[in-house]
Amino acid sequence: MASLVTKNFGLLTRFAKTVSNGSQRLSSHFIYYPDNEKPVEGEMAKMNMMQAINNAMDITLKQDSSAVLFGEDVGFGGVFRCALGLQEKYGKDRVFNTPLCEQGIAGFAIGLATAGATAIAEIQFADYIFPAFDQLVNEAAKYRYRSGGQFDCGGLTVRAPCAAVGHGGLYHSQSPEAFFAHAAGLRVVVPRGPIAAKGLLLSCLRSRDPCVFLEPKILYRSATEDVPVEDYTLPLGQAQLLREGSEATLIGWGTQLHVLLEVADLAKDKLGVSCDVIDLQSILPWDQETVCNSVKKTGRCLISHEAPLTSGFGAELAATIQNECFLHLEAPVSRVAGWDAPFPHVFEPVYLPDRWRCYSALTQLLDY
Amino acid sequence: MALKTGASFLRLNALRQTVRLLSTHTRPEVQNGGKTGDFPGAKAAYVTQMKFLNENSYDPIPIYRVMENNGEIIDKHEEPSIENEKLIEMYKTMVQLNQMDKILYESQRQGRISFYMTNYGEEGVHLGSSAALSPQDLVFAQYRELGVLLHRGMTVTELINQCYGNCEDPGKGRQMPVHYGSSQRNIVSISSPLATQMPQAVGAAYAFKRQPNNDRVVICYFGEGAASEGDAHAAFNFAATLDCPVIFFCRNNGYAISTPSSEQYRGDGIGARGPALGLHTIRVDGTDTLAVYNAVSSARQLALQNKPVLIEAMCYRVGHHSTSDDSSAYRPLEEIEKWNKDESPLSKFKAYLERKGLWDDEADKAFQKEARSIVLKTMQESEKKKKPHWKEMLEDVYYEMPEHIQKQMKEMENHLKKFGEHYPLNQYQSE
Repeated sequence: MASLVTKNFGLLTRFAKTVSNGSQRLSSHFIYYPDNEKPVEGEMAKMNMMQAINNAMDITLKQDSSAVLFGEDVGFGGVFRCALGLQEKYGKDRVFNTPLCEQGIAGFAIGLATAGATAIAEIQFADYIFPAFDQLVNEAAKYRYRSGGQFDCGGLTVRAPCAAVGHGGLYHSQSPEAFFAHAAGLRVVVPRGPIAAKGLLLSCLRSRDPCVFLEPKILYRSATEDVPVEDYTLPLGQAQLLREGSEATLIGWGTQLHVLLEVADLAKDKLGVSCDVIDLQSILPWDQETVCNSVKKTGRCLISHEAPLTSGFGAELAATIQNECFLHLEAPVSRVAGWDAPFPHVFEPVYLPDRWRCYSALTQLLDY
Repeated sequence: MALKTGASFLRLNALRQTVRLLSTHTRPEVQNGGKTGDFPGAKAAYVTQMKFLNENSYDPIPIYRVMENNGEIIDKHEEPSIENEKLIEMYKTMVQLNQMDKILYESQRQGRISFYMTNYGEEGVHLGSSAALSPQDLVFAQYRELGVLLHRGMTVTELINQCYGNCEDPGKGRQMPVHYGSSQRNIVSISSPLATQMPQAVGAAYAFKRQPNNDRVVICYFGEGAASEGDAHAAFNFAATLDCPVIFFCRNNGYAISTPSSEQYRGDGIGARGPALGLHTIRVDGTDTLAVYNAVSSARQLALQNKPVLIEAMCYRVGHHSTSDDSSAYRPLEEIEKWNKDESPLSKFKAYLERKGLWDDEADKAFQKEARSIVLKTMQESEKKKKPHWKEMLEDVYYEMPEHIQKQMKEMENHLKKFGEHYPLNQYQSE
């Protein structure tokens, strides 16, 4: 009897594993690590990242009568439901659909901001932000500079869902942050969860510089936290040290941060090694101080991002780290990234820089 | 003159009928007992006869004119009532513009400024449109609209300072010459990428629309070449679907650098795209300042009702594209000559003023001389002024200078302490 129970239990476990492997292949290459800290005191509510973003936009639309929210399919709430209920609440002239044209959305948004309004533009997927590249890089980024400060489009924030989602293939999975990181004048921000998303988005919306806010779409529903209901902001241009350790520094942003937190746990469990884990949050301008202080302390650094390796933002970090921390480095800076290929459909599990690739790189870094 | 026009009109009409008879591409007749389709994408009648439409299916949009080449008003009802003083001011601005173009073009040839673009042949477009707007209206320009800027009150000094990039240029010497801008005069700083200003103008117009009791419109200038950019299509479509108080003003001068309009589009110019996208549209004679004035005045009224307007002003780019271009490489001199002599907006407008007794050759000579001396004097002064401090190179990238840029500024400062002799530091202001 006992053996039967054990046998059944074994079968069940195996079944559960199969299911979880299946769902892992489709949606979950990471375990979500919710934030436990409260950025502000006061009432909290359970929110997923979609709701936190909705909440930030709701606060902005309520407080700032110049603020408008627009993009493709935003009127009915957006394909990811981030704008849910906002048109009903604020009216069609403040929350509206645009024609299907990304360069138009970006240009229109710049014009609104130039005229002094707060423009919240949505690009349906970050993969489709490239038609707006000219407007964002040649226009938005350079508006203040080229006019000698006479004109600016600081009221502009472009939101776009980014990164892997399990089955997004080439054009529903991209992480384009490095393309924008080369455009002086822009701010580029990626949140790792609901609390960060609300605080950072509110900062972007109030920032006097144009911002590109990239939202890891896999977190919209899967990430839930107790988010302060009240208004709060989180500083732009600052990284956050989430875990303190001594042997290595792990740096990432967005979804990948959760992969790195798990790798830090694996390292602790399997190797007894403790790591600093840093969420960069702001890609441009980025927080050199937090990163370099950590690497000077640990002497080893692993950077990981979903975007392809070559000229990914990890390259910028690695180059700066070797310049600033040369005498403290015990090993070459390691980069674990997406491969230098378009983001594939069925190969996603072997494309992503998952926990095992990061863990493997960390062991090599520690053994160097 | 009137007879000649009548005759050519008859010829044109006969030609059109021939085209229609020969063409299989005219609009199909609707003979179906009045049945209409109820598709969400379009409400239209059904037809049972299969016919494709093409550029010959519609008559070309006519060109609105108010005066003859000799300054004579064709239809008295169409003569705008502009005060005499304003008319003279408009003409003077054209002359000032011309003198600036002449002297700055030459100064580029002499290597005194790095680049220049003239406005020859398009003076009527600038003054006719600018005079019909309110100073509160926001201008988004392409780069060949200097007359609008002058008429708006930008001084010759401000403009020439920009061309020299000296310490008094409000743009702080960062952009190439002719990339003017003035927040005080509601002129958004010009940038080189073509047509990018078009959807931006629509966004700004949307922001105006949301102001209570809005009395401001946005005008957006662009050439027929720029209209081929994707941003132009975006702008037309956004303006129409979002009901924005914007006037799109196309300067169709026949060329985009060396590319003739026949290689730019195959439809009926830029104007034909207006109704297709839901814009109120008119085509005007851009060499006829009064026609432009009337069109923009009425467009402004429509725009204030949140009805976006497209104006296509037909003109001819008499000068080279820029100082980096020799247009004789791609067009005959006789063609340029014709437009410079017979169709000059400046001489047409002058003839009109003369008929009204507001101007004569003597006044013309005297003002030409005055305008010329203003430019020459200003150039001498602007040339002497230093360029802004080199640190201005790193200001205004962001609202506040981020740490990494502060570091780079420090790095350059240290570099200049050691190697300053290798840089033209005496040309820049010092601290």
